[in-house]
Amino acid sequence: MSVLVRAEGVHKHYGRNHVLKGIDLSLEEGQVMCLVGPSGSGKSTFLRCVNHLETINRGRLWVDGELIGYRQSGEALHELNDKEVCGQRARIGMVFQSFNLFPHYTALENVILGPCLVKKESKAAATAHAEELLRRVGLGEKLHSYPNRLSGGQQQRVAIARALAMRPRLMLFDEPTSALDPELVGEVLDVMRGLASDGMTMIVVTHEMAFAREAGDTLVFMDDGVIVESGDPREVLARPRHQRTQAFLSKVL
Amino acid sequence: MATGTARQGLRSDADIKAIPVRRPWRWVATALVLILLALLLTSMVTNPRYRWEIVARYLLDGSVLNGLLLTLEFTAIAMVIGIALGVLFAVMRGSSNRVLAWTAGGYIWFFRGTPLLVQLIFWFNLSALYPTIELGVPFGPTFATLDANTLITPFIAGVLGLALNEGAYMAEIVRAGIVSVPKGQLEAASSLGMSKSMTMRKIVLPQAMRVIIPPTGNNAIAMLKTSSLISVLAIPELLYSVQIIYGRNFQTIPLLLVASIWYLLATSILTAVQTRIERHFSPDRDPGEPYGVRLRRNLTSRRAHVKEER
Repeated sequence: MSVLVRAEGVHKHYGRNHVLKGIDLSLEEGQVMCLVGPSGSGKSTFLRCVNHLETINRGRLWVDGELIGYRQSGEALHELNDKEVCGQRARIGMVFQSFNLFPHYTALENVILGPCLVKKESKAAATAHAEELLRRVGLGEKLHSYPNRLSGGQQQRVAIARALAMRPRLMLFDEPTSALDPELVGEVLDVMRGLASDGMTMIVVTHEMAFAREAGDTLVFMDDGVIVESGDPREVLARPRHQRTQAFLSKVL
Repeated sequence: MATGTARQGLRSDADIKAIPVRRPWRWVATALVLILLALLLTSMVTNPRYRWEIVARYLLDGSVLNGLLLTLEFTAIAMVIGIALGVLFAVMRGSSNRVLAWTAGGYIWFFRGTPLLVQLIFWFNLSALYPTIELGVPFGPTFATLDANTLITPFIAGVLGLALNEGAYMAEIVRAGIVSVPKGQLEAASSLGMSKSMTMRKIVLPQAMRVIIPPTGNNAIAMLKTSSLISVLAIPELLYSVQIIYGRNFQTIPLLLVASIWYLLATSILTAVQTRIERHFSPDRDPGEPYGVRLRRNLTSRRAHVKEER
């Protein structure tokens, strides 16, 4: 197994607000990492750094052996140009808390947009792949529905299909079920479990401890911009070593 | 039987058939307005000074129709250029490049801050400021020298004035549309690897359109009438062509009525076009029922409709 994501001493601050204070972690291919922690702990910010939606201020981040956002030549670090950044992002799928489907396109159009525009796939090939993905997330009947005709759970499943359509090496999930009504959470988690068992490499920011326990290979607990502890999810959830983890888990479990 | 109906009406499991609240003042207001409208209409028919026969004679007059055509032409050209400039300056204004943002801001500041009439006359007299216009490399050799007097015809001055002014207003409308698109849409597009220009064209502008179209329709309608200002450049558009006629025959009012009728007609058509365009940019809207169906239902079954809503 090769390492797909590696972070070394990643710092991020907005002005004086120090959000990430040195994050070190690595994730092997095919593994699922769940990031948990109280709000404001920096877990979403870290996730957004991984596909360069946020730029990091210190440290290094690699995905698939490539430095994210920069190119190192000798001692100098060069910013990647827009095209190179787009290329890196195209290989990393992202699913957002608020779905962010494009409201003026149908479910199918949302899914084929990336492949057609960015990867220059033919419309026929992209459509065939998109239909297959939408059926896989249980939305074969909703191909031509606009997002405002879909429930939150259905929208989030379209968003997952949209990210998968780019055939990403890595999938990032930013609290994918937090905006959903309780009865819709299950259908989205089911899709994510399916992806995990198919061997997709995933980083999931979540408050769903049950999901972390079943589907996660690693659980990383973050608080105040640092990793407090990490390890096998069953182990960490059953016997948290650090007092901050214990305090957090006693509130959410 | 009457008691039977009443009793049925009181049964809680029957559909409610309540007697609507009486609103007497509504009837008074309606009567008052109707009387005033009747007075106005009567005076329009009976007052001979309206000279409707002259209105009828000139309505389809060749020079009036030519004027109308010219008005429509100026409106169309000025709006097309204005919208293009508006998009350009709105994108520039939102740019992280300060020089571009400030240039766009300055443009908007200048062209919104001075009267259109002044701008029109200014462009018409441009040759006083720049007698010749040279084409060539900046600060380098010149390829062609043009005489500003022949280049800036009244037509060009009119288009320049209307379009540059419109561009400033459109820039603000387009900018409002762009900022109305939620940030999450940009992030979703970025995460798919879409470039900035691709995101602008495929994600931001189509959604911004919903915000942009209504005020743009407003501006197009305003432009139709504002274009009458170019009559100061002696361009025979609709207003100037009727002015020429009433300058000859002194039938000022009837000829202004002729112009007004055409302006109203053109405005009505533009409004209909605007509705069509709005629908086009909201593919996910609730189709609803066609206007005709709704109108007929409202006219024929008002009472039933009122009850339905309760």
